[in-house]
Amino acid sequence: MKRELLKFLAFALFVCLVPLACRGGYLINVLLFVGINTMLAIALNLLLGYAGQISLGHAGFFGLGAYLSGILTVTYGWNPWLAMPAAAALVGCLAGLLGFPILKLRGHYLAMATLGMGIIIYIVFNETIELTGGPSGLSGIANLSIGSLTFDSDCKNYYLVWFFALVTVLFSLNVANSRIGRALKAINDSEVAARVVGVNARLLKVQIFALSAIICSLAGSLYAHCMTFISPASFGFNFSVELLTMVVIGGLGSVYGPFLGAALLTLLPEILRGANDYDIVIYGALLVLMVMFMPGGLVRGFPELRRRLAKRKGGVEHA
Amino acid sequence: MLEVSGVSQLFGGVIALDRVSFTIAKGDITGVIGPNGAGKTTLFNIITGIYTRTAGKVVLEGTDVSGLPPERLARLGLVRTFQNIELFGGMTVHENVMVGMHTKSSSGLLACALKMPWSVAEERRIRDNSLKWLDFTGISDLAETTAANLPFGQGRLLEIARALAVEPRVILMDEPAAGLNNQETLALSRLIERIRATGITVVLVEHDMELVMEICDRIVVLNLGKKLAEGTPRETQDNPEVIAAYLGEDE
Ligand SMILES: Nc1ncnc2c1ncn2[C@@H]1O[C@H](COP(=O)(O)OP(=O)(O)O)[C@@H](O)[C@H]1O
Ligand SMILES: [Mg+2]
Repeated sequence: MKRELLKFLAFALFVCLVPLACRGGYLINVLLFVGINTMLAIALNLLLGYAGQISLGHAGFFGLGAYLSGILTVTYGWNPWLAMPAAAALVGCLAGLLGFPILKLRGHYLAMATLGMGIIIYIVFNETIELTGGPSGLSGIANLSIGSLTFDSDCKNYYLVWFFALVTVLFSLNVANSRIGRALKAINDSEVAARVVGVNARLLKVQIFALSAIICSLAGSLYAHCMTFISPASFGFNFSVELLTMVVIGGLGSVYGPFLGAALLTLLPEILRGANDYDIVIYGALLVLMVMFMPGGLVRGFPELRRRLAKRKGGVEHA
Repeated sequence: MLEVSGVSQLFGGVIALDRVSFTIAKGDITGVIGPNGAGKTTLFNIITGIYTRTAGKVVLEGTDVSGLPPERLARLGLVRTFQNIELFGGMTVHENVMVGMHTKSSSGLLACALKMPWSVAEERRIRDNSLKWLDFTGISDLAETTAANLPFGQGRLLEIARALAVEPRVILMDEPAAGLNNQETLALSRLIERIRATGITVVLVEHDMELVMEICDRIVVLNLGKKLAEGTPRETQDNPEVIAAYLGEDE
C-alpha cells in the first residue's frame, strides 16, 4: 500500500510539472484533453476492466454531463459548481435505472443495448433543439471560477481538470484494493462462484455502472465549462468506441493503464497530423501491432517486453 | 437441517429430477450418489438457487428457501463447491478466500472508494481472518499464487477454503475428489471430517465409493432423476436396486 501511494504521488508530481516543460501554447490544450479522457477511461475501466461488463454508450453519459451542466448554467442561470453535482446525480440515477434491465444482458447483447442507449442519447442532443441547440451546439457556457480565480485559460483548466482526474485515479485505486474491487473481479472471473459466496452480482454491476456514469458526467461538465461550447458531435458512437480502445490498449483492470491508453489515443492524432492522409493507416497499424504484441495493454506490455528482451539477451550470453 | 421435498426439474422434455425428497440431519455428512446423468448436479443447482426448480420445496432450518438466489442463500449459511472448479482465476489464492468473506463485511462502494476509516479497518480484518481458512485447508504457502496457476488438487482445496470463509451452516460439494490422486483423496476425507467437526453439515456428491462409504453418515441414491434409496452406507450398499443401477451403468 505504501508503494501504491508513492507511485500515485510520483504520478501527481509528474502531472503538475508537465505544463512547465511545454511552456503554454497548443500542447497544453491537448494535455487537458488527456486529463478528461483519463477520467472517462478510468470510469469505463471500472465497468469493463473490473466487473467485465462492456459499454458502447459511455460517450452518452459524458455528453449528458456536458449538456446538463451547459443547460443548467446557460438557460437556468445556475452556478456551475452546483450544476456539476446536480448533473452527476441525475446521470447516476438514470444509469442506475437503465442499469437494472440492461446489465441483465451478457456479451453481445449487452454491447448492443449500451450501443442503443448511447445512440438514443445522441439523438436527443440533436433533436431537442430548443433545449440543446441541436446540431449547431450550445455556446456561452461559463467557465468555472473560485472566488476571483476564473478558469479561463488552457493552463488553468489543465490544473482544474487534472485535479479531478487525479482524484478519480485515487478513487479507482481505492476501489481496486477493496472488498468491492475484489467482488467485481470475482464477478468477471466466475459470476456463479461469486454469487455462491454471497456477492450480489446484479446489484454490484448496477452500482459500478452508475458510479462509472457519474465519473463520465463529471468529466462532461468539466469539458463543457472548459470549452464553453459543446455540440453533439463530441458525444457520438465514435467516441464511445475510442474510449473502449483507450481502455483496452492501456490495459484492462489496471489503474494506470487507462491513463496510458488515454494519453496515447489523445496525443497520437496530434503527432500524426503531419502525416496527412496516412495518419489513419499508421493509427490502424499501431493498434494491430499493440494487440499482437501487447495483449495485456501498455501497462503490462512494457514490463513483459523488457522481460522478453532480457531473456533473449540472456540466451545469447549462454550460447 | 436441510429438507428437500418433491423437487422436480424439467429441461425441455427431459425430466432431470422427478419428485425427489429427503432430509439431511444437522452435523451429518451425507453422500448423494448415482450414475452419471442421475441429476446430482442439477439437485445441487436447485438447492443453491442457481436453477429455478420446476416444482418442489427446499427448507433450510425451518425456513422455506426455495427459489432464493445464491447470494441470499450464502447469507443464510448455504454454500457449495463446483464439479468443474470455479475459481477467480485472475486473483491470488489469498484474494479468492477474501472474496469468501464478502458476507462477513459490509463496506459499500463509496466507503471503499473514499477509504473511510471503518472500511480500512474492515479490510485489515478480512486480510487477517482469511488466512485462517488457508491454514485450515493447508494451502497457506500458496497464498500469493495466482489461482489460475494452481495445480488441480490445490484448486479444489482453495474452492473449499473460499466456501468455508463464508462460515456456512451447510456446505455442498460436487465431486470434490474427482481428479485427485489417492493421497489427495485421503487428505480430502480428513479435511471433510474436520469440517464436520466444526459443526458444519456436509453434503457431497461423489463417485469414489471408498470415500463415500468411509466418511458418510447417510447416503441418498439417485438414478435417472428419481430417488432410488436412502439410508446408512451399509443399507444402501446392500440394496439390490442400487446394485442393479450401478451394474447397469457398467455395461
Ligand atoms: N442446464 C441444463 N439444460 C438441459 N439439460 C440439463 C441441464 N443440466 C443438466 N441437464 C440434464 O439433466 C440430467 C442430469 O444431469 P446432472 O444433474 O448433471 O447429472 P449428474 O450430476 O448426476 O451426473 C442430464 O440428462 C443432463 O443432460
Ligand atoms: Mg454432476
